[in-house]
Amino acid sequence: MLNWVIQRDLMLAMRRRSDVLTTLFFFVIVVSLFPLAVGPELNMLRQMAPGVVWVAALLASMLSLGRLFASDYQDGTLEQMLLTPYSLSLTVLAKALAHWLVSGLPLVLIAPLLGLQYDMSAEALGVLVVSLLLGTPVLSLVGAIGAALTLGLRGGGVLISLLVLPLYIPVLIFGAGAVEASAAGLGAAAHLSLLGACLLASLALAPWAAAAALRISME
Amino acid sequence: MNWFKYAAPSSFYFLAGKMIPIFAVLAAVSFAVGLYVGFFVAPTDHQQGEAYRIIFIHVPAAWLSMFLYLIMAFWAGIGWAFNTRLSSMMATAIAPTGAMFTFLALWSGALWGKPMWGAWWVWDARLTSELILLFLYIGFMSLQAAIDDPRRADKAGALLALVGAINVPIIYFSVKWWNTLHQGASVSLTKAPAMAATMLNGMLIMSLACWMYAIAVILMRVRAIILERERHTAWVGEIKK
Repeated sequence: MLNWVIQRDLMLAMRRRSDVLTTLFFFVIVVSLFPLAVGPELNMLRQMAPGVVWVAALLASMLSLGRLFASDYQDGTLEQMLLTPYSLSLTVLAKALAHWLVSGLPLVLIAPLLGLQYDMSAEALGVLVVSLLLGTPVLSLVGAIGAALTLGLRGGGVLISLLVLPLYIPVLIFGAGAVEASAAGLGAAAHLSLLGACLLASLALAPWAAAAALRISME
Repeated sequence: MNWFKYAAPSSFYFLAGKMIPIFAVLAAVSFAVGLYVGFFVAPTDHQQGEAYRIIFIHVPAAWLSMFLYLIMAFWAGIGWAFNTRLSSMMATAIAPTGAMFTFLALWSGALWGKPMWGAWWVWDARLTSELILLFLYIGFMSLQAAIDDPRRADKAGALLALVGAINVPIIYFSVKWWNTLHQGASVSLTKAPAMAATMLNGMLIMSLACWMYAIAVILMRVRAIILERERHTAWVGEIKK
């Protein structure tokens, strides 16, 4: 069931590549806007880089959340998934993982390139990638709760940002903090461990909460 | 006496109607006493001068903003778990008052911060988490406002409030650690100066006043919500006559 849902969602995403690319380009554009706004001094940019990349990742991941359940909801697939004998939490987990593979992983892969624009050191780039690798799945998992709650509502897109962004704050702090701590010579291990803890906690709890939210929205 | 009788909106409506004047009077009396103590009895602070007196509204507002979120999440959770309509209505009624106190705490804090630290806002852990608390309240209210079906709104709000309640400690500690990494403490908020007993008493009386005010207003709002949701029932028809 887990594999089946992931494969299905990935295939659907591949049939519509433009959706995937839109998220990715949004991320790239937002990150590129900051130097234009605050000026090209490399010293300042180097300091800002982790925060900018992380905020852009938050926004990009949030933008694509609307698609997580919406199309399945519209064509009735979601209702059928609710009726299957398989655990709904597992289905939600699979959908969140597929969402991460489609909209989170590309961001992680392109982040080093954007970091180079900000003149980040190789070590900082490494920490940035690891922090994004640990943190972006949390965004998909926690975001699934918001996506499930706002399913089929008026103005769901704006509403979801109100619901989800405050919940993203710890991930943002630990993620950007990891890079800054390693740049300050403190070592990133503490922040990365906390990020890992966030990932494990959201892996355990978020699918369950999102499944409950789906049941509320679908009844 | 069977307390569960009052879990029915129809009987709670009348109970609340009787309780509102009591809490309103208590609020008015304790506000009067608290403000008198705050303005005339409590001594001038030797460091902060007269400006510190904003503490008498700032601290109670901050306390209530946090307590009310927990109480809101509690009632929302009870309403979701046991399907008791009144509990969910209670949660809906608490949210605006909680948001109001959160805003009041932030606002009075800014007014206090300007003369003390020379800045309206500093990115201190407590200020930041209070701001995030305001965002959580706003999220709860806008989610409920966006859903037309009241039962779905109740349950969706309950889930969000509970997820938020789990997140509040995580957010608080993450902000705290973030803060210690970023800036050297320009102002230490954490070590409370030894407080004169009259100041503490004034603050406690003002907290009592805020509690009484909050209860009175929440009961009024819950009465309005009961009427709105039960408008098709016979007993509301009786009242309307």
